Amino acid sequence: MGEGLGRIIRVAGPVVVADNMRGIKMYELVRVGDERLLGEVIRVEGDKATIQVYEETVGLTPGETVERTGRPLSVELGPGLIGQIYDGVQRPLTSIQDLIGPFVKRGVWAPPLDRKKKWHFVPKVKKGDVVTGGDVLGEVKETPLVIHRIMVPPNLSGEVSEIVSEGDYTIEETVARLKTSTGEAEITMVQVWPVRQPRPHKGKVPPDTPLLTGQRIIDTFFPIAKGGVAAIPGGFGTGKTVMQHQLAQWADADIIIYVGCGERGNEMAEVLERFPQLKDPRSGQPLMTRTILVANTSNMPIAAREASIYTGITMAEYFRDMGYDVALMADSTSRWAEALREISGRLEEMPGEEGYPAYLASRLAEFYERAGRVEILGSQPGRLGSVSVVGAVSPPGADFSEPVTQNTLRVVKVFWALDTALAQRRHFPSINWLTSYSLYIDTLDPWYLKNIDVEWPSLRVEAMTLLQREAELQEIVRLVGPDALSESQRVILEAARMIREDYLMQSAFHPIDTYCDVRKAFLMLKIIIEFYRRMNQTVERGVPLAKILELPLREDIARMKIQPSETFEEVAKQILQKIDEEFKRLEAEAQELVEAVSPT
Amino acid sequence: MSSRGEFHAARVYATIRGISGPLLFVENVQNVSYGELVTITTPTGEKRRGQVLEASLDKAVIQVFEGTRGLDITSTTVQFTGETIKLPVSQDMLGRIFDGSGQPIDGGPPLIPEDEFDIHGAPINPYSRAYPSEFIQTGLSVIDGMNTLVRGQKLPLFSGSGLPHNQIAAQIIRQAKVPGKEEDFAIVFAAIGITADEARFFRTEFEKHGALDHVIMFINLADDPAIERLLTPRLALTAAEYLAFSLDYHVLVVLTDMTNYAEALREISAAREEVPGRRGYPGYLYTDLATIYERAGRIHGKKGSITQMPILTMPHDDITHPIPDLTGYITEGQLIVDRALHRKGIYPPIDPLPSLSRLMNEGIGAGKTREDHRQIADQLYYAYAEGKSLRDLVAVVGEEALTARDRLYLQFADRYEREFINQGPYEDRDIEKTLDLGWSLVSMLPEAELKRVDPQFIKKYHPKYRGQKPAE
Repeated sequence: MGEGLGRIIRVAGPVVVADNMRGIKMYELVRVGDERLLGEVIRVEGDKATIQVYEETVGLTPGETVERTGRPLSVELGPGLIGQIYDGVQRPLTSIQDLIGPFVKRGVWAPPLDRKKKWHFVPKVKKGDVVTGGDVLGEVKETPLVIHRIMVPPNLSGEVSEIVSEGDYTIEETVARLKTSTGEAEITMVQVWPVRQPRPHKGKVPPDTPLLTGQRIIDTFFPIAKGGVAAIPGGFGTGKTVMQHQLAQWADADIIIYVGCGERGNEMAEVLERFPQLKDPRSGQPLMTRTILVANTSNMPIAAREASIYTGITMAEYFRDMGYDVALMADSTSRWAEALREISGRLEEMPGEEGYPAYLASRLAEFYERAGRVEILGSQPGRLGSVSVVGAVSPPGADFSEPVTQNTLRVVKVFWALDTALAQRRHFPSINWLTSYSLYIDTLDPWYLKNIDVEWPSLRVEAMTLLQREAELQEIVRLVGPDALSESQRVILEAARMIREDYLMQSAFHPIDTYCDVRKAFLMLKIIIEFYRRMNQTVERGVPLAKILELPLREDIARMKIQPSETFEEVAKQILQKIDEEFKRLEAEAQELVEAVSPT
Repeated sequence: MSSRGEFHAARVYATIRGISGPLLFVENVQNVSYGELVTITTPTGEKRRGQVLEASLDKAVIQVFEGTRGLDITSTTVQFTGETIKLPVSQDMLGRIFDGSGQPIDGGPPLIPEDEFDIHGAPINPYSRAYPSEFIQTGLSVIDGMNTLVRGQKLPLFSGSGLPHNQIAAQIIRQAKVPGKEEDFAIVFAAIGITADEARFFRTEFEKHGALDHVIMFINLADDPAIERLLTPRLALTAAEYLAFSLDYHVLVVLTDMTNYAEALREISAAREEVPGRRGYPGYLYTDLATIYERAGRIHGKKGSITQMPILTMPHDDITHPIPDLTGYITEGQLIVDRALHRKGIYPPIDPLPSLSRLMNEGIGAGKTREDHRQIADQLYYAYAEGKSLRDLVAVVGEEALTARDRLYLQFADRYEREFINQGPYEDRDIEKTLDLGWSLVSMLPEAELKRVDPQFIKKYHPKYRGQKPAE
């Protein structure tokens, strides 16, 4: 440190100005005031520094001291992260509760990772091996779902001069020593990494695998790739949070990081209550064993809210570097942007659109660019890992033209537009199928062709065309009434209704429907489209639509969503067979009728 | 903080340099803390309270809660107390009435405090929160049946001027209970900038029903200083937290009208010449409202709870206005008081379609309300939505164009409004009655239309199978 202590000269909300700070670096972490509150330098002017404080500042008095730490805001990365709940600057909320009870007060600090816990370390290298940043030195089975790979920190390389034998160690014990060009380095199981600096990788590779979510509308029409970025904008009550919870529960990622950024406390309580009970559909293990929560609720200090998404994504990158597919949910990026706006306002910066700072767009882009599918560091080439990011956006008045939504749309590739009108009709998920899009569709099609069915792309296009036609026809109905429609147009409306109600609508609260396997989704869609094609044919042959609508078979189709995936192939086969029989019967009856009327 | 308080106690300054709106600018001060409470003495000797908004080495900006009228820069003095604003609390507050800054105004004896709490509170650790799941019966069918309230929830009433939100709130306060439980309950009522008439209405209501002993009232009237409104809800919630988490009470907090609160916040922000956000409200309106609304909930290991019912009037009935909009983003749903229903003479005119209770699913079902609750609510919702959208169609194409099924739904919507939503201001329907009423209404539709309910529930609860006459 050496430069001595700074002195507070002004306090206004979360922003503090101090002098005697010559030589301080931008984004250096400082300890503010007698209570040593955490803060970060966000502006330097001569010997004055402006600091955003991560804790409540009431009671701070000009004249109190500011202490430098010499390092930027960082997170600890190592075994013990999984299953934890942190605040925006990685304070473990479980330990905080044990220390001071149910209310979060300032000035408390607890180590993010348990210092005393012993982890069973299994070495993967031998003495004399030459290793480089990203190479795996050993493994720790952190939870039944997660093997935590202990890696050489990104900036180190050299020869292993010592590696401990298999056994139990704490995160602070040295597990390996490296002989590097600059001397010997001791390696423990914990790495410290600055949150605002992306962790390095060898380069991005194009995403070609979908991040399956178990949500039919997403997996079918608007898929997100592993390493992709998506935005969910929606007014209040449109189900953003339920959607984010659904993704956190069912996405086929290895690690889930859920950042509750400026949202409700009860929502985090809900995750904490439900995730330990819910089982991962693939492994049968509790979902909490692959999840990390970052919770900085709306009433917690806003500077820590600003930091929370960086804390989250740095942890995501760390697990990516082990070769995992990580998915990060940020709910909500609008609250993060508001934190940015508030701090900018206190700095008296020239405001851009709607009071947001002019750098809003670049900050958003920087954040989303940390997502991606990458070749990870290490001496072995070709190892991949990914970070997918799904950001919720809360546009004021559900007006998507506001700056946060618009700037987000410029950088994300998937747009799931939540629709207030759909939500009010209790159509959930309320993703509007006409305005949403996914730019990954073409790059992911080969995967679907190979792993699901060659028919997938054509079925998808046909279904979407029906929905589009429905919207046009509804316009006509609105103008001139339903009588104006022809029988074949009514068939389209019926088919579209089936797609909407029997396919797109999916209940997050039904034990089976909440997660739909992609193979099951394909079969469901195939059945509906088959029904539509037959309906079309049959109506052309003169059978009144009303007759078709009486078929009890429609009930079977409506109940497809609550049939378990495991036995669905069989169910689908039966339904397809029934469709064939029933329509044949209708056509035959119609034929008889025609023959009876006109004997030739 | 307290030791510093003593140290500061004697520091009085007469160095006000400027007064602007509710703000005082003081110079040549020393050791002023951010957020510190200030006592201001006017030229006539009157005492007012303020809070430090900005502290520098030798300057301070102070907001004055009781207004700056009559203050000058020559003889007005400012004393820094070294304390943050605290509310003395005690169980004896129940039954008492305070003004918007926490002084008793009911002529009763002075309060002997058992403790003192910072009125800004501290955020509840999300890890310590217990997820709300206990059903509160309000006795109003449209709430209990369609948008159920649970203990620890924050559920606002979005209303408009001239609508009967006060009557609804009063009825909820009268009737709210957890069926089958006798527990210590309390009501904390914060009047924020409402008229004397409205305040009197509530007071009379509480008196009439002998509830006054369970109520703490904080009253800031329309003609009281606007800046004081920034304190009133925080005082109320501090009292509520004391009752709930120190004394195990189940507390219902009613805050009315939050629109006035937001206006006061805008006034301060404008006086400080801050960069305005939407419609002139400060950019931090969301965060500021959250520090109020988030002070609701339940905590693991504590018996008590805080349930919040803020009331706000939407300017021009516009739900996209920043105040209802940001509120909706924080609260766990909303109850919408609808002008069209009110005009039709329906009371309570709560429209179930845009209303929402996010925590409803946790609070209902077997063992809590009844096993069929979710499904019958969905069926009613669907049928009413269908009927309402058909009304729009009728407006275009006329009723002749409708099928028999459509006409049935139209009738359903009318009867649903008149019989289910509509009830007397003193009519307390228990949940069984509400759900049975719902069944009786859907029974006017063909059984095949009841797709949202499980056939086994139809067999069990449909009037036809219970030996009752279905609705005609």
